[in-house]
Amino acid sequence: MPDQPIPKDAAYQIINDELMLDGNPRLNLASFVTTWMEPECDKLIMSSINKNYVDMDEYPVTTELQNRCVNMIARLFHAPIGEDDTAVGVGTVGSSEAIMLAEVKVKEGYYVMDPVKAVELVDENTICVAAILGSTMTGEFEDVKLLNELLTKKNEETGWNVPIHVDAASGGFVAPFLYPDLEWDFRLPLVKSINVSGHKYGLVYAGVGWVVWRTKDDLPDELVFHINYLGSDQPTFTLNFSKGSSQIIAQYYQFIRLGFEGYRDVMKNCNGNVTVLKEGLEKTGRFNIISKDVGIPLLAFSLKDSSRYTVFDISESLRRFGWIVPAYTMPPDAQHILVLRVVIREDFSHSLADRLIADIVKVVNEMEDAQSIASMSHAHDGTPSDRSTREMQRGITKYWRRFVHGKKTSSVC
Amino acid sequence: MVLSKAVQSESDISLHSTFASRYVRAVLPRFKMPDNSIPKEAAYQIINDELMLDGNPRLNLASFVTTWMEPECNNLMMAAINKNYVDMDEYPVTTELQNRCVNMIAHLFNAPLGDSETAVGVGTVGSSEAIMLAGLAFKRKWQNKMRAQGKPWDKPNIVTGANVQVCWEKFARYFEVELKEVKLREGYYVMDPDKAVEMVDENTICVAAILGSTLNGEFEDVKRLNDLLVEKNAETGWDTPIHVDAASGGFIAPFLYPELEWDFRLPLVKSINVSGHKYGLVYAGIGWAIWRSKEDLPDELIFHINYLGADQPTFTLNFSKGSSQVIAQYYQLIRLGFEGYKCIMENCQENAMVLKEGLEKTGRFNIISKDNGVPLVAFSLKDHSQHNEFEISDMLRRFGWIVPAYTMPPDAQHVTVLRVVIREDFSRTLAERLVTDISKVLQELDTLPAKLNAKMAVSAENGVVTEHDMEVQKKITDAWRKFVADKKKTNGVC
Repeated sequence: MPDQPIPKDAAYQIINDELMLDGNPRLNLASFVTTWMEPECDKLIMSSINKNYVDMDEYPVTTELQNRCVNMIARLFHAPIGEDDTAVGVGTVGSSEAIMLAEVKVKEGYYVMDPVKAVELVDENTICVAAILGSTMTGEFEDVKLLNELLTKKNEETGWNVPIHVDAASGGFVAPFLYPDLEWDFRLPLVKSINVSGHKYGLVYAGVGWVVWRTKDDLPDELVFHINYLGSDQPTFTLNFSKGSSQIIAQYYQFIRLGFEGYRDVMKNCNGNVTVLKEGLEKTGRFNIISKDVGIPLLAFSLKDSSRYTVFDISESLRRFGWIVPAYTMPPDAQHILVLRVVIREDFSHSLADRLIADIVKVVNEMEDAQSIASMSHAHDGTPSDRSTREMQRGITKYWRRFVHGKKTSSVC
Repeated sequence: MVLSKAVQSESDISLHSTFASRYVRAVLPRFKMPDNSIPKEAAYQIINDELMLDGNPRLNLASFVTTWMEPECNNLMMAAINKNYVDMDEYPVTTELQNRCVNMIAHLFNAPLGDSETAVGVGTVGSSEAIMLAGLAFKRKWQNKMRAQGKPWDKPNIVTGANVQVCWEKFARYFEVELKEVKLREGYYVMDPDKAVEMVDENTICVAAILGSTLNGEFEDVKRLNDLLVEKNAETGWDTPIHVDAASGGFIAPFLYPELEWDFRLPLVKSINVSGHKYGLVYAGIGWAIWRSKEDLPDELIFHINYLGADQPTFTLNFSKGSSQVIAQYYQLIRLGFEGYKCIMENCQENAMVLKEGLEKTGRFNIISKDNGVPLVAFSLKDHSQHNEFEISDMLRRFGWIVPAYTMPPDAQHVTVLRVVIREDFSRTLAERLVTDISKVLQELDTLPAKLNAKMAVSAENGVVTEHDMEVQKKITDAWRKFVADKKKTNGVC
């Protein structure tokens, strides 16, 4: 810590300038998390930035807004409550906290869980089965309905009463609008709690998630703490205590600003742009599309031929244009598959999609040209032929994969 | 040619002033997401207007959490609001800023590091998360140790004072660690180190001391705790460590009481948490967990992920979160420097003294807080026969002040206090104004008979004030106190 203070303008400028070298959030196609909101909402966010959310007694309106959001989300998920009933749920900092509150142990190692295998693994000590609506890897929705059916049967046989939690971090704000007939939520009797990220397709900046329980009975009262430090009783059931209020208010803004139709329009647009991107990539003839059409609006694709250059090379080259498109390996047992993934958020328009395609084509052509020059020059010199160059590259790629994989590449967000 | 006219004026919505539109007549959705969209101006206005009825954060004297920052910092925060902090690969500068903050804070706490050595620590959403991380590290270390010794490792416990913040209770309950609390007593509202060390057994994963108790701002005697625990460890060989919850005090003690040994200067202190959003002078949403050295944070707790494109170590309970507060913390550290923080803390101290003296002058209050500690004033009425602290708290609201009244945790639950936290933005003028308003409230209360007194007055008219009436009054007051104290965990404070 420096000993002396400096003028505020200097402090501002120094930090602002360093931060210019951060990536541009809107070109960060790796992330599901919202990177743009309307200026009106920005204003609301800024004016509430000094409100500590946990002071419920001091900020009763802000607390009320959280409750309204919980009610709306619970009903969006078809919670079995009456029209004027208060739903059971809470705002969190994100889905991580939400999942921990639901006391969920998510099984690693599946990139989409096979319901049949999952139910086989259930034993008397299973506290719940967690299904993911919107896998991070490919955006796929797991078959929660099938899981529910199989688990109902097993419960009848064994009497164990194992429940389901749905991690709808991404899918919770996509499925109700694009696939309203898909049964994945409280319409399935074994689903007892659901988490969703407000800051993904809830269309709010980073820092808000939601967890809703089916009914009061699904949330043990002994987990709820009551404090009175602010002068009146205040129940608290979160892992975090003090935190900003801005994102809660922003979530409510989005709900009343967009309404059901607004969200649906946004999701439809996202889907439309996925199709644009997909068709553009297919046209190049160099890629396999790994992601499915039904799911989160994202595109995961791999190279048909990775012998001369890999998706990691493409990812790196795209950075020159400003795009951040991550490349990664799939978790076991599919780790030989390397993919690039582009997440289509609200603020990724058709024109940006076109531009991305153009840049990917540029990058791929560059790599093709570089390869052919390399092989040509080698053949000329009579030095190691095509074959051993390829082998060397394969060796390097293998080493790279192993290095990355060795660092728990299967843990994803 | 017929000029067609729109059937509704829907298309002209943008021309209508918000308050002329139908949106301010509609019932605001509370239970179900509305079917249709509304214009952004309407959405903004409606929400903004409702929020006017929230309390004013700067007059919220209950909270330790920062409520004002310089406009330059606000600009930085707004510009970073769409950066998801966890994308470390995409936002390397923001990540670097976090690392710098960790280094600076670790040095501030005298961590045993070389000049250019990187400290071990992490930014969190607040002290709750930081404490949970520290607790998890202790639990894991202790379990590994017990397992290596072939001893049972299923019943860990943690020793703290009953004045502890609710997040410790959460940690204990959620992560299944027994909480052994040292009870308070009247006149001694922090953890007694002697009693704490007595309670330590083989299953104790750590002893948690608080630097800056929420109730009265006192600093616990960490040095004494360290000395006693060193002795006990030498006898038993249990190696019990200390964690210091410096949520409030961590950014006060180094500036106001640099000689006070409470941090890594004491050998048994293995981790410390501090709230950036309290006296770190940043808005709500940032805390710091610092470990003494690499050995104190078991590597198996650290996750490495690569789905964002490059290896990323993570040890937090939250994943996605905003970057703004991290940047704001760095801003404060370089903007103010050591001297700046020191001046601010000195100002807070002085204003606390102004308030304290003003209250003492009324002759009606006992001061519960100490002079040394977090800049706050905790006080209670000398005479409870007519009115109590809750009434004063209520009446102050009319002036706009939010001053909480609460009961102490066991075994001092018959003591009720009012507490005013002096933050950076609480100037001397405001302090004097508060004293004036409290005096006004006292005067008003004096003229107002207690509701019970009215009953007494009536019976006095009819005859003599009976013993019975006094008993009734006492019963009612006791019932009130008991009601508040009985509410689950009224001793859970922040």
